[in-house]
Amino acid sequence: MAIKRRATTFLALSMTTALLVAGCGGGGDSEEPAESELFKNPVTLTWWHNASQDGPGKTYWEKVAKDFSAKHPTVTIEIEGIETNQLQRTRLPAALLSNDPPDIFQAWGGGEIREQVEADYLKDITDQVKDEVANIGSAAEIWAVNGKQYGLPYRMGIEGIWYNKELFEKAGIASPPTTFEELNDAVTKLKAINVIPIAVGAGDKWPAAHWWYNFALRACSVDTLRKASLENVFDDQCFVKAGQDLKAFIDTEPFQPNFIATPGQNDPTSANGLLANGKAAMELMGDWNKGTLDTVTEDQEALNKFIGWFPVPAISGSAGDPKAALGGGDGFACAKNAPAECVEFLKYIVSPEVQKGYAETGTGLPVAKGAEDGVKDPALKSILEATTSATYVQLWLDTAFGSTVGNAMNDAIVAIFAGNGTPEQVVEAMKAAARK
Amino acid sequence: MTSTNPTLDLAGGASAPPAGPRPARRSSARAAETRRKWYEIIGLTTPAVIVYVMFVLVPMGFAFYYSLFRWRGVGPPTDFVGFDNYVLAFQDPIFLDALRNNAIIVFGSLLIQGPIALGVALLLNRNFRGRTVFRLLAFVPYVLAEVTVGIMWKLLLSDAGTVNAMLESLGLGSLVQAWLADLDLVIWTLLAVLTWKYVGFAIILLLAGLSNVPQELNEAAAIDGASWWQTQRHVTLPLLGPTIRIWMFLSMIGSLQVFDVIWVTSVPAVRSLGASATMATYMVDNGFFARLWGYGNAVAVILFAISFVAAVLFQRFLLRRDIEGAITRRAN
Repeated sequence: MAIKRRATTFLALSMTTALLVAGCGGGGDSEEPAESELFKNPVTLTWWHNASQDGPGKTYWEKVAKDFSAKHPTVTIEIEGIETNQLQRTRLPAALLSNDPPDIFQAWGGGEIREQVEADYLKDITDQVKDEVANIGSAAEIWAVNGKQYGLPYRMGIEGIWYNKELFEKAGIASPPTTFEELNDAVTKLKAINVIPIAVGAGDKWPAAHWWYNFALRACSVDTLRKASLENVFDDQCFVKAGQDLKAFIDTEPFQPNFIATPGQNDPTSANGLLANGKAAMELMGDWNKGTLDTVTEDQEALNKFIGWFPVPAISGSAGDPKAALGGGDGFACAKNAPAECVEFLKYIVSPEVQKGYAETGTGLPVAKGAEDGVKDPALKSILEATTSATYVQLWLDTAFGSTVGNAMNDAIVAIFAGNGTPEQVVEAMKAAARK
Repeated sequence: MTSTNPTLDLAGGASAPPAGPRPARRSSARAAETRRKWYEIIGLTTPAVIVYVMFVLVPMGFAFYYSLFRWRGVGPPTDFVGFDNYVLAFQDPIFLDALRNNAIIVFGSLLIQGPIALGVALLLNRNFRGRTVFRLLAFVPYVLAEVTVGIMWKLLLSDAGTVNAMLESLGLGSLVQAWLADLDLVIWTLLAVLTWKYVGFAIILLLAGLSNVPQELNEAAAIDGASWWQTQRHVTLPLLGPTIRIWMFLSMIGSLQVFDVIWVTSVPAVRSLGASATMATYMVDNGFFARLWGYGNAVAVILFAISFVAAVLFQRFLLRRDIEGAITRRAN
């Protein structure tokens, strides 16, 4: 009977699928080679990173993989560059769930890596990378959970204000502001010469949210921030204070009109575009900004001449540490069942020579000591200096608190920017999201 | 589940023997014939059914299963919360905004695209020089990729974009708007973009429908002394009914599930404030970006349920005559 035969085929098909799935799940557990077997057997490492667009970053990773394979011929590296959002939000979580993840992949640290460790996705590399961690310093802590190391950063930097020196001069601002009073003063002077004082890409949410993060960093003590990151507890009044300070700052109208729909970067109409083309005088942004400004400028030479950087100004009389800064970075982690060669490759990526080459690409600041010489750009050099001299580097709050709280927090901050949210609602949204 | 796939049933309905009392006497030849027919039906539909089950029904079942968990997509779901995610969705003002926006798009599309498409189709159905060119032009927006359309309009509608610049130079400076930033305006801007994008589809459908209207009827009407308008109103339009209803159905389902154009044209901040969110963008923003996978699945199930109910009601009441005998019972 045809029906029967069909049914059998279907059954067989589903069983094969089930077996395949089971096969994927079961693989890998037993193949943890001993230290002595390293580089003896041929292995293939799959590597997912976020340098998906053609450019110096992507080319550099290709070179790094090739160099490593040349050194260790048993290792083949298969690279896949995936756009950050896609990688972080869909591809990676799905791959990790499927039990067939890439061996080495982008890791953002903070709340996310904590969740991944709890789900037992990552390889504990504490013992193998002691030297590297020592060389990187405190930045490596962001990729550690409960004192154990699960990943290593290759890029790290603090954020600050990128500004147009020529417009500052024209407006009669003698030196970059060091306090918020001076910043407000600069805003007034810039308005007088008819330029946008500060560009903010509120349309993408996070560039707006980072203003709140900085007010929180100034309002909250380091202990409060640590506790918030580890336990998602936001009871301290300082989080409300951050919103109040932000609201007061927005009320001085320092930003471009209709900022709620302005994208952050990579687009001529973005906040980046406004700064890069001399229409706005300042923008709060991370160390990667030089590269993104380059892509949207109409006049590269002019940009190189006028662009400068200064740390986020201090708020007088606030509880927070005025020398603390917000920062973040990119790192890589190895999947739990990845071959031991994965860790070796990770160590290679953060070695001073590879890091120096990375710094020379200009796509970000290196983390390893001994790579500083690779930083050529003057603005990047001042960030590197500020990063080293910061007393405390707080990871971006949305990364530190994890995606769920981070997203709800950013949404509520954006509502303040749009004029229909309150400082209290930000804290309520964070608490509600922590329970979701 | 059958009513979600009218084509499958239409095909089945057409080849199946009519229901009704069978003759008591059955020759073996007739039985063999019946069996052969059944082999045919099973043989032809099985691949489609397998694909449909594996890639539509099974994922739907999974979506429902996951929607019952508090789950952030890390590790297997373990925290069973029943229907809490559904309750949460209907308590979220942003989700209710998304529902309202979907309603605006569903009814806005029908009310704006319908008359435009009908007028243009009637016009393009007449004989004149350059008709093919105009037909092509009307259809171009529809074949453009959604993302391309989204980016294009995002740039055109930005503060310093072409639309505002054109208004200025035409002396209509007072009409200059923050098309995508004004929270009360943005959904109407997006409705305009969607209309521009999808009206071509309605036009093509109606043109196809028009080509099925026999020329003799128009000629007969002309002989009877009917004007062109009278012919359209009393001959063409009634015969176009089935096409219009099918277009309405497709437009409605598309509007309920609209995602790409909205996602690309409207920035995340405006979406998260509810001003331009639709159920589908809300689902992705919450499911993937807030990493609430269980919750995102609940929203997906709600979206499915709403589309399903809308589809069933539409088929039951408006498409009834067009699909008689296939889904509804054959009229005696």
